[in-house]
Amino acid sequence: MCLGIPGEVVELLESNRHLAKVDVAGVRRNVNIDLLEDENVVPGDWVLIHVGFAMAKIDEEEARRALEDLQLMGQVYADEVQAVAESRIA
Amino acid sequence: MRFVDEYRDPAAARALVARITELAGGGHKKFMEVCGGHTHTIYRHGIENLLPTSVELVHGPGCPVCVIPMGRIDDAIAVAQVPGVIFTAFGDMMRVPGSHGSLLGAKAQGADVRIVYSPLDALQVAGNNPERPVVFLAVGFETTSPSTAATLLKARRDGVANFSVFSNHVTIVPPMRAILDSPDLSLDGFIGPGHVSTVIGQRPYRFVPDEYGKPIVTAGFEPLDILQAIAMLLTQISEGRCCVENQYTRCVSEAGNPRALAILHEVFEVRPQFEWRGLGFIPESALKLRPEFAKWDAELLFDVPGVRVADPKACQCGEVLKGALKPWECKVFGTACTPETPIGTCMVSSEGACAAYYNFGRLHREVAVSMGGSR
Ligand code: SF4
Repeated sequence: MCLGIPGEVVELLESNRHLAKVDVAGVRRNVNIDLLEDENVVPGDWVLIHVGFAMAKIDEEEARRALEDLQLMGQVYADEVQAVAESRIA
Repeated sequence: MRFVDEYRDPAAARALVARITELAGGGHKKFMEVCGGHTHTIYRHGIENLLPTSVELVHGPGCPVCVIPMGRIDDAIAVAQVPGVIFTAFGDMMRVPGSHGSLLGAKAQGADVRIVYSPLDALQVAGNNPERPVVFLAVGFETTSPSTAATLLKARRDGVANFSVFSNHVTIVPPMRAILDSPDLSLDGFIGPGHVSTVIGQRPYRFVPDEYGKPIVTAGFEPLDILQAIAMLLTQISEGRCCVENQYTRCVSEAGNPRALAILHEVFEVRPQFEWRGLGFIPESALKLRPEFAKWDAELLFDVPGVRVADPKACQCGEVLKGALKPWECKVFGTACTPETPIGTCMVSSEGACAAYYNFGRLHREVAVSMGGSR
């Protein structure tokens, strides 16, 4: 839960300005972007996600490194991606 | 240096280790990594085996699952067992032992306990079950509390009346102060938490140099980040400086995330006291819902026993959380207490020091010993 995971914003939802569709390790889920309201999130941005919320914008290089490092964590990483996949935020 | 070969940039890691060794000189230095994510990285990558014996890392209280006292788990279970209630929690919380078992046990006995990834998923469950009360067990430091706050704002905006939050949110600065005040431990500096700092920024740490005369360096989660933070701490010490520095500028800004802090402040207020596992009561160290959110506050809506429960005798989590004891020094480590059958909280979450050491550290230590390493 404490583990942040990077994702790439693929779409801002027209129906709900609080949400964006984000690609997290190949899984596409809705993530809340209220906490980045002042940062003008757009598709193509990378964000650090904690418990369904984008907490910080990060650059692509940082996102890739963080992902590589998370993957090294094995089970913990698999669990986090699984948890994201089970999320149904709408 | 077998371990560095696995690093993204082994040459950089070697250079950092050489620099740390040179800076450390003869005197013993003890640094605490506050964050459980760092503890995980340190054991996962065998960082302790790379460091000179004069540099010691001790693990801090920054795993939110680990610091929840037994009494609060008992309270959570009591709410989960109220007929009709749907109780939601992060997966990490399911196996945390209370005095008579865990949430997983309560579920096996018929309570409707569901794992959610996000507080927003819990709110969704409430939307789908309008006739039943849905409670979310909120835990975590400033990495998760703004999310709970934003969820409560949404619940109010959407008029969701059957949703409530049982808040166990804690804040990172008070336990750091408690540790600095504790006579058991003389630290030479902190490796500051990374993700918490994306929210709170760097300013809240100024008391560490200003009032206690110790350096603190906020660090990222890669092994190289941690090595670099250690080098930065030692550099400050050797130059006779002492300040808040940021190794993790890739993610952490001076001011943090003002929007997240504003939402946090709108929904939560500071509790006068909160009990931490192993650290006892720490004033102004946790968050409860403001009176404006009383309708969504599970602590007011349900009878929680609120009984203070002493930790089991065998459990030495408190000493581990304060950095006074290494995981393997606990008498029940790896025997009575394992990730499958945890006695203490530090064995439950993957960020707990005992679980991290159980999963990775032992192997690294054995390899280091068999190679005739330094320890
Ligand atoms: S081994 Fe178990 S009881 Fe001992 S400190 Fe670790 S988690 Fe606590």
